[in-house]
Amino acid sequence: MRAFTYERAPTVDAAAKAAAGNPEAKFIAGGTNLLDLMKLEIEKPSHLIDVNGLGLDTIEKTPEGGVRIGALVRNTDLAADETVRRDYALLSRALVAGASGQLRNKATTAGNLLQRTRCPYFYDPNQPCNKRQPGSGCSAIGGVTRQLGVVGVSDACIATHPSDMAVAMRALDAVVETVKPDGAERAIPIADFHRLPGDTPHIETALEQGEFITGVVLPAPVGGKQIYRKVRDRASYAFALVSIAAVIQPDGQGRVAVGGLAHKPWRVEAAESELPKGARAMASALLADSRPTEQNKFKISLTERTLGAVLSEAKG
Amino acid sequence: MQFDKPATTNPIDQLKVVGKPVHRIDGELKTTGRAMYAYEWHDPGLRYAYGYPVGSAFAKGQITSIDSAAAKKAPGVLGVVTTLDVGDLQKGKLNTAKLFGGSEIQHYHQAVAVVVAETFEQARAAAALIRVDYVREKGAFDLKAAMTNAETPDPSTEPESSAGDFRAAFAAAPVAIDAEYTTPDQSHAMMEPHASIAAWNGDEVTVWTSSQMIDWWRSDLAITLGMDKEKVHLMSPFIGGGFGGKLFLRVDAVLAAFAAKAIGRPVKVALPRPMISNNTTHRPATVQRIRIGAERDGKITAIAHESWSGDLRGGGPETAVMQTRLLYAGENRMTAMKLATLDLPEGNAMRAPGEAPGLMALEIAVDEMAEKLGMDPIEFRIKNDTQVDPENPERPFSHRDLIGCLKLGAEQFGWDQRARPATRREGNWMIGMGVAAAFRNNLVMPSGARVRLDQDGVVTVETDMTDIGTGSYTIIAQTAAEMMGVGVDKVAVQLGDSRFPVSAGSGGQFGANSATSGVYAACVKLRDAVASKLGFNSADVVFENGEVRSGNRAVALAEAAGHGGLVGEDTIEWGDLTETHQQSTFGGHFVEVGVDIATGETRIRRMLAVCAAGRILNPITARSQVIGAMTMGAGGALSEELAVDTRHGFFVNHDLAGYEVPVHADIPRQQVIFMDETDPYSSPMKAKGVGELGLCGVSAAIANAIYNATGVRVRDYPITLDKLIGDLPDVA
Ligand SMILES: Cc1cc2nc3c(=O)[nH]c(=O)nc-3n(C[C@H](O)[C@H](O)[C@H](O)COP(=O)(O)OP(=O)(O)OC[C@H]3O[C@@H](n4cnc5c(N)ncnc54)[C@H](O)[C@@H]3O)c2cc1C
Ligand code: SF4
Repeated sequence: MRAFTYERAPTVDAAAKAAAGNPEAKFIAGGTNLLDLMKLEIEKPSHLIDVNGLGLDTIEKTPEGGVRIGALVRNTDLAADETVRRDYALLSRALVAGASGQLRNKATTAGNLLQRTRCPYFYDPNQPCNKRQPGSGCSAIGGVTRQLGVVGVSDACIATHPSDMAVAMRALDAVVETVKPDGAERAIPIADFHRLPGDTPHIETALEQGEFITGVVLPAPVGGKQIYRKVRDRASYAFALVSIAAVIQPDGQGRVAVGGLAHKPWRVEAAESELPKGARAMASALLADSRPTEQNKFKISLTERTLGAVLSEAKG
Repeated sequence: MQFDKPATTNPIDQLKVVGKPVHRIDGELKTTGRAMYAYEWHDPGLRYAYGYPVGSAFAKGQITSIDSAAAKKAPGVLGVVTTLDVGDLQKGKLNTAKLFGGSEIQHYHQAVAVVVAETFEQARAAAALIRVDYVREKGAFDLKAAMTNAETPDPSTEPESSAGDFRAAFAAAPVAIDAEYTTPDQSHAMMEPHASIAAWNGDEVTVWTSSQMIDWWRSDLAITLGMDKEKVHLMSPFIGGGFGGKLFLRVDAVLAAFAAKAIGRPVKVALPRPMISNNTTHRPATVQRIRIGAERDGKITAIAHESWSGDLRGGGPETAVMQTRLLYAGENRMTAMKLATLDLPEGNAMRAPGEAPGLMALEIAVDEMAEKLGMDPIEFRIKNDTQVDPENPERPFSHRDLIGCLKLGAEQFGWDQRARPATRREGNWMIGMGVAAAFRNNLVMPSGARVRLDQDGVVTVETDMTDIGTGSYTIIAQTAAEMMGVGVDKVAVQLGDSRFPVSAGSGGQFGANSATSGVYAACVKLRDAVASKLGFNSADVVFENGEVRSGNRAVALAEAAGHGGLVGEDTIEWGDLTETHQQSTFGGHFVEVGVDIATGETRIRRMLAVCAAGRILNPITARSQVIGAMTMGAGGALSEELAVDTRHGFFVNHDLAGYEVPVHADIPRQQVIFMDETDPYSSPMKAKGVGELGLCGVSAAIANAIYNATGVRVRDYPITLDKLIGDLPDVA
């Protein structure tokens, strides 16, 4: 870990401004991801802007009938919130499937969206990695890839986004609200928030330098059966091999986002018309352009099978 | 004391303290954070500095230069010691890979430097500034590819054995199987990282460390540092787990010693977690071929077990065939091990080396064979039980109750509820039961102790024995209490200090039995000293309730000790009872699993182990050993695998996020039953080891349960869902 300077931002504007003036600055929220990465010098901010004093820790109803989740709402509080549990059970279920109780107590909504990949080569600073060091090459391709991506991958990077929360938010059509250093506010649909790796895998989101997340808005509840099914090697405290976030309506229509497959929560709206035809049709539409490796091609059938189980559960 | 005849009645048989469920005497220190682990040792009079290690970024080759200029200028840095600075060092006798010194790199994350600073954070930051130039060499990293060049290892490893004519008998057998199994590289993944503090005083060094074997470390540290062993003082009173990963000297102690010398202050060095899997040792992967031939009635006529593993040049094989020499009858048999040279980190002992991976394979093969014969797997095992060493039938087992374990286990577990493969369903869960035999040899090691009696009647035991979380403190206290006729509250136990008599140490499940036998021997000496001081005839002396009695004379122990106190010291040494008799421990593992029909995820529902391991010295600590081992076996069956990058030669998932050991949610109800037995051939304690037995066979029982649940036979560990789903029923 490199030495860094530290400040506690008094206001959102001040936070964004402080970040704008220093390209090596980073916000720190729960710190559960950033600090680990700093210890390994994968992240090397020279300045930390602590945003924990900014409030932004409430969940409020919006005039449109949805909710606005403050950027600093802890994962534990979000999962336990009465409205969320009732109207957005999918989100609550996804959150409690992630990390551990202790981590969720610290982890924030914004930090969770911005957590970085768990590609093991990304975590080993001795190994070339285009995401860690642009242009150095991808060590994972041709190496140990069981956990890595099968769809939306590129020749530069095949990493996945590890968040559970983000997968549920993708299915719920969340919108990420931000403030730029110049004070301009933006609302970024979650579909556009995370990027595919392309040839710039180090650029992971639509955020600009210094842009600060203030919250996440969920549109009015969509009802339906809301199922989050996370598949993993051990029963808890493991990242998803595949996770399915589904909202299934009584007529068999619905939405499906999948985690563990790609550099972003994987949802193909156009494929959702296949949903009433069943898991096989839906999965093959979702994964039409998949490019798995020998070690992770099982994720293709795992997705289909898990989706099948989710659809039967939704019926039952 | 020479133990060369089976034990007769002795004071331990009173079982007033030994065998009782005494809670850990060190438990309160640990739960209140007062037990000082190596890195936490703190003497207010010393000014500690912090060393941070740098590991090699490549697996094999030569370092040409190391640039530490930037690191030396970094804030707080007190010094840098590189592997080139110290030059070639003599390697410890028990190390395969060299730990430090010289330009040659033998494996990934081999230590190349240590950076010392005022604070840990400064040392870590500066360590990232070290630049190493090197010339890489090609290495062999893939066991399957290297198998063809594998050779028969050194005869001292007893690589081959045979009896009868396996080939002919196998060819003639009416029912036979021939299958290949693989087990992966595994990491000890103990909770406490390897850590040491070194402090020099003139030409003498004191090292607080985390070691299972004080004397081995002390000797090898002296060799590595090129100094007199007498000038090395080692302390390791508390150890946060080892599992074999702390049997042999590790580099943290070497780096701390060099760093402390270089800067003239005590230095602390811990291995960062991501460095542990590649810097230290691991359990090597195996490829195993097993052939079994039997008559239609289930009698085994031919059995062969071959195993291939790899290690650095100069290393040894994973002895995965050993249990097959002893576990089942069969007139015609052979075993063989082959060793390939690999340039991965050093392979070495991990809990139940040999038997753990060996039984992972053998006990699936036995299940497959039983099925082929149309027999119940328990019945098949019972039919092929043997009371003698099948390769040397003149050698009986000292005591063997595998059948008792299997029968009792079957009854307790409800084995009769087991259904045919892939027929039991509960919702999305396919349910199955599996069984496996547990087997691990009972090893014994010489073990010394010194026991003092003081004027307050307190008995103090001193031995360099270690407690790696197993309960050594407690069972040693129980032994001394029983022998001296006092309560455990009157016994103080001091462990893990090289100034104390050399003990067995902790490994190979020999620790409990050997170390308590050493304490027994020392107590016999102390009892004699007490008796002779009082002029008692030691033959009829009774030690009871804090008193020593002979006829109608009774003297309080405190009084007998007097101002000067009394001391007894001895070492237990072993005659040839381990040669005349095969001493082993036995058990039966029973497991019920559910396999998700859609995803192939396996979740364990219940586990039972029935163990026959001689006298159980303390049912609480013994149970903890067994349930811990069952948990480790669950990891081995379902998730633990060091993933090898066969291009670059290193274990990729080198942290605890990537190397998945079981978490609480993976472990359901675990039940442990100990057979009520003693083994007088084993030791005066009549006890045997149990810490490794609990692991032996567990993973195979889980594998067999998965087969019973799904009808899918997986022969490659870990049994992750990707190996199952292709064969599970269609659910879409
Ligand atoms: C052992 C372990 C297991 C885990 N398992 C799972 C799992 O199974 N599933 C899962 O989903 N997650 C898992 N996680 C990840 C965990 O969810 C994240 O670490 C956590 O959500 C990050 O939130 P944080 O507030 O601590 O973020 P921080 O670490 O504080 O920040 C993360 C990033 O977000 C940026 N940031 C934070 N707040 C803002 C803001 N308001 N605006 C702009 N940028 C901001 C920071 O600069 C930083 O780059 C695991 C983590 C660990 C350590
Ligand atoms: S997959 Fe992406 S994160 Fe992993 S090594 Fe390649 S570039 Fe880096």
